[in-house]
Amino acid sequence: MTKSAYRNNLFLTGVVLVLLFFLQFVLPDYHVLMGTRMMVLAVFALGFNALLGYVGLLSLGHAMFFAAGLYGAGLTVYHFGWSLPAAFGFAVLASALLALVIGAVVLRTIRVSFMIVTLMFAQVAYLMVLYFAEWTNGQEGLSLPLSARAVHLFGATLDLSSAITRYNLAFGLLALCLMLLFAYLASARGRVATAIRDNEGRTEMLGFNVFAGKLEMFVLSGAMSGAAGAAYALLFGYIGSTFASFQYSIEALLFTLLGGAGTLLGPLLGVLLMVAMIDKLSELTSAYLLVIGVVLIVVILWFPKGILGTIRERWAPWLL
Amino acid sequence: MASLTPLLVTSGLKRHFGGVKAVDGVDFTLHEGEIRAIIGPNGAGKTTFVSLLSGRTEASGGTIRFAGEDVTRLPAYKRVQRGIAYTFQITNIYQTKSVADNVRMAVQGRMQRVGMPAFDFEAETAAALAAVGLSDRAETIAGELAYGHQRLLEIAMGLALQPKLLILDEPTQGLSDAEIENFLSLVRTIAKRATVLLIEHNMAVVMALADRISVLTRGQLLAEGTPSEIRDNAAVQEAYLGA
Ligand SMILES: Nc1ncnc2c1ncn2[C@@H]1O[C@H](COP(=O)(O)OP(=O)(O)O)[C@@H](O)[C@H]1O
Ligand SMILES: [Mg+2]
Repeated sequence: MTKSAYRNNLFLTGVVLVLLFFLQFVLPDYHVLMGTRMMVLAVFALGFNALLGYVGLLSLGHAMFFAAGLYGAGLTVYHFGWSLPAAFGFAVLASALLALVIGAVVLRTIRVSFMIVTLMFAQVAYLMVLYFAEWTNGQEGLSLPLSARAVHLFGATLDLSSAITRYNLAFGLLALCLMLLFAYLASARGRVATAIRDNEGRTEMLGFNVFAGKLEMFVLSGAMSGAAGAAYALLFGYIGSTFASFQYSIEALLFTLLGGAGTLLGPLLGVLLMVAMIDKLSELTSAYLLVIGVVLIVVILWFPKGILGTIRERWAPWLL
Repeated sequence: MASLTPLLVTSGLKRHFGGVKAVDGVDFTLHEGEIRAIIGPNGAGKTTFVSLLSGRTEASGGTIRFAGEDVTRLPAYKRVQRGIAYTFQITNIYQTKSVADNVRMAVQGRMQRVGMPAFDFEAETAAALAAVGLSDRAETIAGELAYGHQRLLEIAMGLALQPKLLILDEPTQGLSDAEIENFLSLVRTIAKRATVLLIEHNMAVVMALADRISVLTRGQLLAEGTPSEIRDNAAVQEAYLGA
């Protein structure tokens, strides 16, 4: 990345974040809530895109990492009464560790086998959530206790029943993850990641450990998805098995493809559009899963680069 | 010219693909500083042999020693870090990156090998591009280069790694006569700093460059010697005529 491309991307990301921040002052309550959900899901999609967009690995099992964060945070709060920051930290760590172990296995496969194996692991995770219903309460899920609606941190107390507080926490997480990914991609390690995506054999023959490079991104991706899951559990106070289901893996894929795989802001854009659309449609029909399916097919067949990917191709080659 | 330190030694090196004995028990010694050519008919096992050296293919038997170390089981990227660079027979570059970015990756590859000293990234990149004459195309997208220039880029990446051993697999394939002239002087420059192992079909190129020639047929070494020894070798002539 050249210096000017670096500046452009930093500037664009900054503008988007400032806009998101100020939206809380103009949006009505209902949309503040929806915005909060969107930003958390955007973090999930961001983690997914780190893997698909920047090392070229298509996982069909990322709900597993979202769920690892969700349950890692939710269960420790519900059963052990952990404080929210501790539960959040634990959940992110647990997802990263899970990604390290799973990654070490699945990264030995490529292409279609990679998709199938990630899908299988995710199904195992989903079934485990149902199997350990004594802890997770399975399909029905658990609502976190009222005591978990407040965060005590450095002497201050944050009230999670306030929509604005939740919005800002979600915003902070999204900003942090965007900056983290940006810094990673702009670094030497980020260059190795995209080099692996563009030409794996060549990259290995330049002396880079391709497996380690993929694993590193896999862990980063899993940790981010897990952070999103943990935030979801703690901000909305509910954990349930749907979040571990295949549908959630597909949604991450859809958000990313629609916004543009391999673009920093694509996942966020994809989430904004898709969630808004599903919200509007679900007022009209209960068949919103069908809509997801149709959009997915249309995007893959006629619009494979997504919105920002197309903009990059036509007008803005500097887009990261 | 060749010194007496062996840089690379293979003993009984084998690679079988099912029933195909692509490389079948090769004992081969390469000395530091020499330019060695490997010749042989199509399907003789030349590409497989150098793939074994670079680690892109795993040996079915035998050993490879490089700079005194057994590298037979070392993964390819570690061998590159030890100083073995390989340019692909079929051009293999980052099609969508600029020419300079392609070379930058190679420079970065070398940087992680030698640690992270104060290292002038841009100067190293520019030097490798200048050496192959691609400076004025630095910002071109690599996939849009003419074929001959893509071959040169491939070599520039090999150069930027500053390897101890540079393996070139049919580097002049598809080049024009003028480009080949340019290539000859390029290899001579490279050979001042590195040992060169060259697979080549063009006998004029081989005769002009090689200190020694190894002849491979059906996965085995048929003969080895100076260019004139090989030219006069009856068995070699027969193998070629028979091929
Ligand atoms: N990956 C492979 N799988 C099966 N057979 C192979 C493979 N690579 C090479 N071979 C076979 O090994 C033999 C030697 O091939 P190769 O090393 O490419 O020869 P050369 O480079 O001398 O033309 C050929 O018979 C070829 O078909
Ligand atoms: Mg060959």
